[in-house]
Amino acid sequence: MAQIVDTAPASAQASESVLAHALKDAFITGLVALGLLGPLIGFETVIIDGALGLNYRPLVLAVMVGIIFVGRLILNLTVWSPNRQPKIRTGPTVFDRAGAIIGPVVKPALLAFAICFPAIAVFWSGGLNPSRYLVDLGILILTYVMLGWGLNIVVGLAGLLDLGYVAFYAVGAYTYALLATSQPIHDFFAALVGEDFWSNWAFWFCLPMAGLFSGLWGMILGFPVLRLRGDYLAIVTLAFGEIIRLVLINWVDFTGGGAGIASIPRVTFFGVPFERGEDGFAALFGLSYSPMHRLIFLYFVILGLALLTAFATVRLRRLPVGRAWEALREDEIACRSLGINTTNTKLSAFATGAMFGGFAGCFFAVRAGFVSPESFTFDISAMILAIVVLGGMGSQIGVAVAAAVMMGGMEMLRNLDFLKEFFGDAFDPTLYRMLIFGFAMVAIMVWKPRGLVSTRDPTIFLKEKKSVSGDLVKEGHG
Amino acid sequence: MDIFVQQLINGLTLGSIYGLIAIGYTMVFGIIGMVNFAHGDVFMVSTFIALICFLLLTTVIGITSIFLALAIVLVVAMFFTALTNWAIERVAYRPLRGSFRLAPMISAIGMSIFLANFVQVSQGPRNKPIPPMVTDVIVLMDNNGYQVTLAWKQIIIMVSTAVLLGAFWYLVQKTSLGRAQRACEQDRKMAALLGINVDQTISLTFVIGAALAAVAGVMYLMYYGVAHFADGFVPGVKAFTAAVLGGIGSLPGAVLGGLLIGLIEVFWSAYFSIEYKDVAAFSILAITLIFMPQGLLGRPEVEKV
Repeated sequence: MAQIVDTAPASAQASESVLAHALKDAFITGLVALGLLGPLIGFETVIIDGALGLNYRPLVLAVMVGIIFVGRLILNLTVWSPNRQPKIRTGPTVFDRAGAIIGPVVKPALLAFAICFPAIAVFWSGGLNPSRYLVDLGILILTYVMLGWGLNIVVGLAGLLDLGYVAFYAVGAYTYALLATSQPIHDFFAALVGEDFWSNWAFWFCLPMAGLFSGLWGMILGFPVLRLRGDYLAIVTLAFGEIIRLVLINWVDFTGGGAGIASIPRVTFFGVPFERGEDGFAALFGLSYSPMHRLIFLYFVILGLALLTAFATVRLRRLPVGRAWEALREDEIACRSLGINTTNTKLSAFATGAMFGGFAGCFFAVRAGFVSPESFTFDISAMILAIVVLGGMGSQIGVAVAAAVMMGGMEMLRNLDFLKEFFGDAFDPTLYRMLIFGFAMVAIMVWKPRGLVSTRDPTIFLKEKKSVSGDLVKEGHG
Repeated sequence: MDIFVQQLINGLTLGSIYGLIAIGYTMVFGIIGMVNFAHGDVFMVSTFIALICFLLLTTVIGITSIFLALAIVLVVAMFFTALTNWAIERVAYRPLRGSFRLAPMISAIGMSIFLANFVQVSQGPRNKPIPPMVTDVIVLMDNNGYQVTLAWKQIIIMVSTAVLLGAFWYLVQKTSLGRAQRACEQDRKMAALLGINVDQTISLTFVIGAALAAVAGVMYLMYYGVAHFADGFVPGVKAFTAAVLGGIGSLPGAVLGGLLIGLIEVFWSAYFSIEYKDVAAFSILAITLIFMPQGLLGRPEVEKV
């Protein structure tokens, strides 16, 4: 404080030098931005008449560099200004207080909304058939919520960076696709119980199988690699994810190769198919037939699966194994010195996460009725990881909100027509989705490393909560 | 025999490119102990910078000498790629020093996704082919019509790799920058106490890594004549495999690993199955990490608390 009083008479001179410094800094930043963006934004390689040529985009470049220059200047003069006195916070912030009030209400409210969503969608869009789009979107979001929660067990709870999560999704999807379309199994049940038995019950038999197989694969892949340190593990799981995809593409006899597997049996209402006619779902319940019945049922299936994942995670977190996971995330070296078998602990987290990925994969196959290796690229893994990171590693509600915002927000963006008028007809927001995801991942790590939406501290702690949480310090320095 | 010699040449060429990228991984890992996941995409960005510069030189300015054009492209690409990697380190990694364990890795993954999609959005998703540049070949053997050839561009790639390696080897071993770098590798805190500017040294490591990746990018563009936004991912993972195989943190190891990966990939494609060539490279990564994490020339890792 004394310093500020001392410099007060010279404030005119000081503010001048602040301005000069801010201008200089902004100018340098602008210059760097010009260097960074110049080649890739200033020029566009286009194919004209079969040969490669260049388009020039000086305006776009100038606008982007200008924004960076002005933005940096404003930041220099306001937030980063040396004259600015930092606010010293005492007590809970507005957000904390708001959070304390809203907190207990959020979960039941979201759950209620999720359960009522099909009804709301039908009411909103004015009929069963027009609600198709909204229900489809709901299914998509819930699939990613479930995948996010599944990966959350691995990344959020146990602190293992898994970049190949899509592999387990693929294993689940192909387990269902291969078993459900298998002729020998069909014939076996046809002779034993009845002609339609397998196509009606395949999903319900294969769902646990898909989870089991994926969990098994998780163990097989996890066992050799879980002794590796964190970032090696990430790369090896990435490699495994790619290996599984390449095998799916190239093992044509078994998986159908790049063409995939089509006409997979659809979901049934516990053996009652969703179809026209005497034996169908509609006739059984005295409704008039609509293809939307199946979609709404699918919505509830994925909602149930997602809730199962959440419930299992919450329960597991209270078990010794869950506590070991959280301890492992906070400090692996301390864990080992306390006698926790880190390999087994990691393996259990890896396999559990993989199992839920398998359930989601099985659901994906039954919803689409078609699987191909195209659906299981690294992009999906990256997207799920981004959801977990943005939601706050370890937090259930955060991941759900992140998934809804990410998947739903992008879908909403696609429908905003005025954006097209602004950016031109070729503007496609979905192209920018991964761009935003990538940027957000970096921003979150720099700004709020434990997630934007919510933070999950360890479930238990000794005597009192540490004032410095694990996300601020390096491992072994806590 | 003919096929063997031909594949040997092809493998060494490919291996040189992987080796150049691998050095970026290995140096960054050596100094700050993180896997710079975005390095493969930095390499991809460099191919685009090279492509744009090459088009500017040939179609707009009208340089006819291909070697002059290549030399200019090389310098320009090295500069801009180095600037890019410097900015990446500054923005995405430096604020995370001392943060929790997964933070730099997640940030690097985000950066990798960002770079690939930035190029996709700004340059379009299609393959960008350029006409073949240096097409002359030397026929080494001629066996009933099967010619074993050594293309000039392969010579250029191998020679420039060797020259650059020599230069950077000198830089790391003999100059004060290299000494500072090796000091930071051993103990960052101690190096800072002894008056080494650690932040600057780390920045320079990223700059050097990116410059070498840019050389690889120019060579890649010359060799394959195509640039694509997703082309950073697989070469990046293979170069990382090379760094791990050679022993991460070791410069000669990275080059040795790169050459080995190049040879394995090419021979695998020639003698087993071309479809599974990436599977072979990825499997080597997993096998090396599981059974020989210190690599061929690396020191065994000691965990410090």
